[in-house]
Amino acid sequence: MSARAAAVVRGRAGRRPGWFPALLVLALTVTLTFLTLPVVAIFVHRSPGELIGKLGDPATQDALRLSLETTTIAVALIALVGTPAAYLLATRAFRGRALVVTLLELPLVLPPAVAGIGLLAALGPEGLLGGVLRDTGIQLVLQTAGVVVALIFVAAPFHLRAAQSAFGAVDPRWREASRTLGAGEARTFARVVVPAAAPGLMAGLALAWGRALGEFGATLMFAGSFRGVTQTAPLAIYADFASDFDGALALSAVLVAVAGALLLSTKLLARDALARV
Amino acid sequence: MLSLACETRVGAVALAVELEVPAGGCLALAGPSGAGKTSVLRIVAGLLRPERGRVACAGETWLDTAAGVDAAPERRRCGYVFQDYALFGHLSAWRNVAYGLRGVPRARRRADALALLERFGVERLADARPATLSGGERQRVALARALAARPRALLLDEPLAALDVRSAASAARELGALLRDLDVPAILVTHDFAQAALLGDRVAVLDAGRIVQQGGAAELAAAPASAFVADLTGAVVLRGRAQAGPDGLTRVALDGGGEVVALAPARGAVAVSVHPWEIALEPAGTPPTGSARNRLDVEVVSVTEIGNRVRVGLAAPQPLAAELTGASAAQLGLAPGVRAVASWKAAATRVMPR
Repeated sequence: MSARAAAVVRGRAGRRPGWFPALLVLALTVTLTFLTLPVVAIFVHRSPGELIGKLGDPATQDALRLSLETTTIAVALIALVGTPAAYLLATRAFRGRALVVTLLELPLVLPPAVAGIGLLAALGPEGLLGGVLRDTGIQLVLQTAGVVVALIFVAAPFHLRAAQSAFGAVDPRWREASRTLGAGEARTFARVVVPAAAPGLMAGLALAWGRALGEFGATLMFAGSFRGVTQTAPLAIYADFASDFDGALALSAVLVAVAGALLLSTKLLARDALARV
Repeated sequence: MLSLACETRVGAVALAVELEVPAGGCLALAGPSGAGKTSVLRIVAGLLRPERGRVACAGETWLDTAAGVDAAPERRRCGYVFQDYALFGHLSAWRNVAYGLRGVPRARRRADALALLERFGVERLADARPATLSGGERQRVALARALAARPRALLLDEPLAALDVRSAASAARELGALLRDLDVPAILVTHDFAQAALLGDRVAVLDAGRIVQQGGAAELAAAPASAFVADLTGAVVLRGRAQAGPDGLTRVALDGGGEVVALAPARGAVAVSVHPWEIALEPAGTPPTGSARNRLDVEVVSVTEIGNRVRVGLAAPQPLAAELTGASAAQLGLAPGVRAVASWKAAATRVMPR
């Protein structure tokens, strides 16, 4: 090896790793450990057999069944009403549009306790629409229907945001092409726009579902925590953890698994949406 | 018969257009980008509503702003081939075509769609998604889809612009055959006069929202009404000032030097146009012998082969171009920097006020 080549090689190999990259790696290690440790702990604190055994508990089953029911109804209603609303926002320009979009995003940043108070003030017995609801015989407070209302309030903005960007990403020429091919606005929406935006819409619904599944504060304040009626899985975890820690752990493990599956599905859907362009 | 008269503002362009296309005819709308060509198509299709205007097709009024008539795009049913084709990305080629097959029983849709794809030679791509197709294949699928809906007018927005040179040539031939067979009015938008001449039986030149000249392609090339049209048709345009000469001819002193002679009377600031194939080149210093009255000393700037001929870019000092056979160019030893004399007859010189 010539002296010159040797100098070059030594120059490369001799460059010491700087302290800054090392600091970055350390920061990531600390973050990762801190954020995953509680999740890992849920699964290793008790053996899987014990956790599954605990799920047979009637109180636990009630909570899981109620969570499944209320989140399914809430997400279905969000999809039904929120999707066309998001389409309007994504495709039409009108005065005050930015204000409407901001108002719809407000529940995203509201503290859960404020959401609960707000729902009581609006729909509670003494609330703004309390009289109207009483006259029509609709009971929300301390009822399963109240849980659904609270879930919709906190989860809908997630779908509205995702659906707006999904609709915004559909080439406006496609809508025009569909119209010139003889399809009206409604048919164009159903046959071209929704299928084209489907991955984004599904991701939005998955996010909303995840948020609804974890809802705690607003539900507790607006609907209360009655086993079998309004006590969803998160509320049951809170009610049980002092007396039956293992039962709370088992419920938590189920929620972690479902949340993880939802997150994974949104990632896969987002990739699918990109692949279609 | 498709007729359109409209006046509206689209962005920075004040569009004021009147045109008529007979059934089976194809009007080529030529002009630079930003002239408002696409807006005309969108107004016809019902995708853009003009401030004032009327659109009628086959005796049916589609738009009459004065009478408050404005038929929705799905009621007008124009076959619209978008510039980027706008194929539905989530549907396969045959489902894109089948989308336009309204009123056809579900069981027959695939067969009908395949028949349309076959007509354009792309039936083997029936199950492919648009993202996997080449530009030429997409164009054919888009044409098949536009025809599937049995359009009452066909609107083509730069149908060849997204294609490479080779596929554009074959696509142009096919499109020409299609337009000859078509029995509804067609409007084709292009920025390329050669395409307009090839595909349109009439050409309307649109500039800054107005139709500046309309007629057969040969007519426009031979008698351009303005320097703009002359430029678009590919003619050489020189600028200068005209005055009547003592011999009854018009003499034009060119900006930057040189003088040319024309037959048509003109005065003041003018544009002179001549077709590159009417310009002959001789070695520099050749004494005038032929009948060409116009002789300019020029310098060769570029030599470009176009098929079986050569286009020679010249500076005189205004830029002009001559077209000759490859053999002549070789014989004259034309190369950048070579000096020569460009000559053409006074009768081949058109003068337009500017």
